[in-house]
Amino acid sequence: MATQKTLGESLREHGVTRRGFLKFCAATASMMALPPTMTSAIAAALEKARRPSVIWLSFQECTGCTESLTRSHSPTVENLILDVISLDYHHTLQAASGDAAEEARLAAMKENWGSYLVVVDGSLPGPGSNMGYSTIAGHSNLDILKETVEGAAAVVAVGTCAAFGGLPRAFPNPTGAVAVQDIITNKPIINVSGCPPIPTVITGVLAQYLTFGTLPEMDDYKRPLAFFGQSIHDRCYRRPFYDKGLFAETFDDEGAKAGWCLYRLGCKGPSTYNACATMRWNAGTSWPVESGHPCLGCSEPDFWDAGGFYQALSVPTANATHTLAVAGIAGAVVGGVAAAVAKKQQQHAVADREPVTIEQLEQRL
Amino acid sequence: MSNPMEFLLWTKGPMFNWAIAIFALGMLARLVEIFWLGRKTNYAEARASEWGPGFRTMITRSFADPGTFKRSGFDVLVGWIWHLGFILVLFLFIPHIELIKSVFGVAWPGLPNPVIDAISAVTLVGLVAALVHRLMHPVKQHLSTFEDYLTWGVTFLVVITGYLAYHRLVNPYPLVLGLHILSVEIFLIVLPFTKLTHMFTAFIARWYNGAIFGRKGVQS
Repeated sequence: MATQKTLGESLREHGVTRRGFLKFCAATASMMALPPTMTSAIAAALEKARRPSVIWLSFQECTGCTESLTRSHSPTVENLILDVISLDYHHTLQAASGDAAEEARLAAMKENWGSYLVVVDGSLPGPGSNMGYSTIAGHSNLDILKETVEGAAAVVAVGTCAAFGGLPRAFPNPTGAVAVQDIITNKPIINVSGCPPIPTVITGVLAQYLTFGTLPEMDDYKRPLAFFGQSIHDRCYRRPFYDKGLFAETFDDEGAKAGWCLYRLGCKGPSTYNACATMRWNAGTSWPVESGHPCLGCSEPDFWDAGGFYQALSVPTANATHTLAVAGIAGAVVGGVAAAVAKKQQQHAVADREPVTIEQLEQRL
Repeated sequence: MSNPMEFLLWTKGPMFNWAIAIFALGMLARLVEIFWLGRKTNYAEARASEWGPGFRTMITRSFADPGTFKRSGFDVLVGWIWHLGFILVLFLFIPHIELIKSVFGVAWPGLPNPVIDAISAVTLVGLVAALVHRLMHPVKQHLSTFEDYLTWGVTFLVVITGYLAYHRLVNPYPLVLGLHILSVEIFLIVLPFTKLTHMFTAFIARWYNGAIFGRKGVQS
């Protein structure tokens, strides 16, 4: 059940110092593009916040999002916040199982009707598809989602599967997978995409909700602008190499060793909006591009069907060489036929030529 | 196509296939017809070879003779500037080279992006200047047809969307990149059926001219 302790009390119990807490608040303000003067306001609001009940639903997913969150780097203020608020119902983290687990969910819903948050990771088989592909306690994902969201204040779709359908929705989408926003249209939804999303982004969104009681400003994909407002490319430390036209062409050439731009190795940074380049992973240690691997574009819809991971963004996903060859041959045949017909007409014109003498013309006139 | 990424993938996938198929079919049909029909057999004894003068004329006709330059200095200069800019950007921008490599399997070194950026800007100015001149000049205005404006439009669209995409002036990026690719596809579809075919046929015509003169032993 949702704890009645304030966040401040709970953090102190967990040994988080005032200094550490303020540091987190300053980082949160900075992440949300708020002025530094808001740090104290965030601290005050978080200190007093009674953490809402959170029901975490896991559908067609790999648990990578939960892994990212819980194993990221500990102990941190981020996962302490999450530890406390996420325990009402979470398949992986809850102690209860079977009927008791489902009872806990229903009890949390009843007790916090209208104010609890639903966090979803994973896509779900959509209406019209076989519900048997993913069930929990004998109920379809669709039924559980609809039932749970009914009394929720808001829904947070964590990970690209929940936000956009993710890998389960990859062509040919055998389970008929859909995203949460395809089903839920009458509740506020925040999409925190990524495969997995950066843990700090998830906690940042929750911190904003706890601080202001409102949802963050969002982009067209319902992603919080504070974290998804800029592309990887725009914040990439390798960007100067792109601008100079210095590219790594293989993973072990001189360019790769010198840390040049990975565009030619398939980096999807230019079309990907996420905070990896600024917030990084594993306690700010590194992020994919810094470790020498192109961005896969995992926080964007359809990234799984967007062509080869190691092909440049400008490369078509269609098999253009094949099309070009087939269409070219067909064109050559068409041109050949047209030329043959024209030649034939010329030959006929010569063969059918009927010379007319002046006398004959005069007779006709 | 409910979101910009789906739009981008549509332009990179099915639409690219359609565009390149129509382009290849239309262009090959025209070229094969042109080559097969050839020219009327010339029974006169050749005074010199056709090949050398033919190929030489393909290049020499790119440069206006002094008389033409004096008469139409603006057309020659602006035409040269934006044509050259268009070709340089098309073949020497790294993402374009990657595309060419994926389709034809050949690649070459590119130019640094800021150089390409500057060339694109000059090309855009050249294209606008060409349009303004066409609209202001009474003779050109009289001679211009819908096709002239159409070919200018599809060319300009390709360059302007590319410029906007490079500078990321439209958000989100997949939308503007998709628009650039789509405008290239429109260009490719329109190409075989309009005067844009001159990018192939101009050189064939020059070769014939040079060859005919060469055969007669006349300077071309």
